[in-house]
Amino acid sequence: MTTSDADPRASQPAESRRGFETPPRDTVSRTLFVAAVLCVCCSVAVSVAAVLLRPGQERNKLLDRKKNILMAAGLYPEGATASDVDRLFERVETRLVDFETGALLEEDPADYDQRDAARDPDWAVEIARDKDFGNIKRRAKRGLVYFVRENGALKQLVLPVHGKGLWGTMYAFLALQPDLNTVVGLSFYEHVETPGLGAEVENEKWKEHWRGKRLFDDKAEEIVIRHIKGKVNSKTPNAIHRFDGLSGATITTRGVTDLLRYWLGDDAYGPFLKRQKN
Amino acid sequence: MEKSKPRDVLLNPLFNTNPIALQVLGVCSALAVTSRLDTAITMCLSVIFVLALSNAAVSLIRRYIPNSIRIIVQMTIIATLVIVVDQFIRAFAYDISKQISVFVGLIITNCIVMGRAEAFAMKNGVGLSFLDGIGNALGYSLILVVVAVIREVLGKGSLFGIELLKKQTDGGWYAPNGLMLLPPSAFFIIGLLIWALRTWKKDQVEQEN
Repeated sequence: MTTSDADPRASQPAESRRGFETPPRDTVSRTLFVAAVLCVCCSVAVSVAAVLLRPGQERNKLLDRKKNILMAAGLYPEGATASDVDRLFERVETRLVDFETGALLEEDPADYDQRDAARDPDWAVEIARDKDFGNIKRRAKRGLVYFVRENGALKQLVLPVHGKGLWGTMYAFLALQPDLNTVVGLSFYEHVETPGLGAEVENEKWKEHWRGKRLFDDKAEEIVIRHIKGKVNSKTPNAIHRFDGLSGATITTRGVTDLLRYWLGDDAYGPFLKRQKN
Repeated sequence: MEKSKPRDVLLNPLFNTNPIALQVLGVCSALAVTSRLDTAITMCLSVIFVLALSNAAVSLIRRYIPNSIRIIVQMTIIATLVIVVDQFIRAFAYDISKQISVFVGLIITNCIVMGRAEAFAMKNGVGLSFLDGIGNALGYSLILVVVAVIREVLGKGSLFGIELLKKQTDGGWYAPNGLMLLPPSAFFIIGLLIWALRTWKKDQVEQEN
């Protein structure tokens, strides 16, 4: 007891020693006790906050997802409220797709979280290295697709896509016209790219220029959409298959090309899109 | 130990001992979140909350913290508060949280928070430490708000998202200053603010040995 309490006291400056007439603090048992109590208190504080706030956060997330799907489809008006979003989303039909066969499944997609499924070994597959353009390593066996209809007719098809950017995974919704080739919009709603550089995927001007781009070649067989360095000259013949690079964000831009190449390809939504076209 | 008056403890860090301008702490987050005023203000409110409460909490248990785990204990308290703040922002300001979630987490590494816990809260009472936390966070906030106003107005032509200067790309006259959108501009602005502050308060100028 005596050896351990003499040292810390002596090493402290004189003024603080005067105030601390409390029992020795630096014994092993005392240290462990303080550490344990602190950990319990902090854990409780964090857990309570997380659990109490989770419903609100989940609601926000779901609303945000609906909003992003509507935004990709160009259907989101400025200043829409939560109930506006819910109402607008009523014309969207959410369906599940089996990636391998490309068939639409009859199951109710409510509560299906494609991201969670990708993490579950029973509901996901590992992507072969040479096919994993988006560097996402695994993909759920089933994917979500969103049919946007107006008066019963299909106006747009929205697909969730994601792939690695520079700092992490970027998540977006790709909205396609009924020809399943022409882009209506590409809306990134979650990413951790650098503000001002990679985060410019959220720049309205860049998003706008996606409208009308064609992902596949004229025979609709090969995925030809890719980025260029700098701004696409709309007069060049291939302009419709090229999108603007983001200044100072080479890897992010490349990531966009790669993730599209993956999700439109045979390992992901490719089979489904082929089926839909026929 | 000198007895500091509550008023001094609260107001000194605004101009006399500003954590960014004089102590040169916490500059990193000042660069990152100040391209827009709404993210800067959210950051300021988060720092005020974390700094005041961490100072108070550390001060409350200062006599019971074993010396060997002092820093870790402070860090744990700060980290807990930051996580709670982050959860709140995600629940109540979801859009802003998407912009700054990463940087709110980095408040844990903000030198001002650890610095005040170690330099002030370990040696002073709870009330005074709480005020010191608020004071330093206000000093930090002052710099952040000034930088954010300059950067958003000159870099985007807007303030709080409301257009003030019509950009040429929107059919107006203003060509936005691209440098203001990049982090180094915050660095330059802070440098200019330090210069201005030390011209006003000459006692802050470092003496040459």
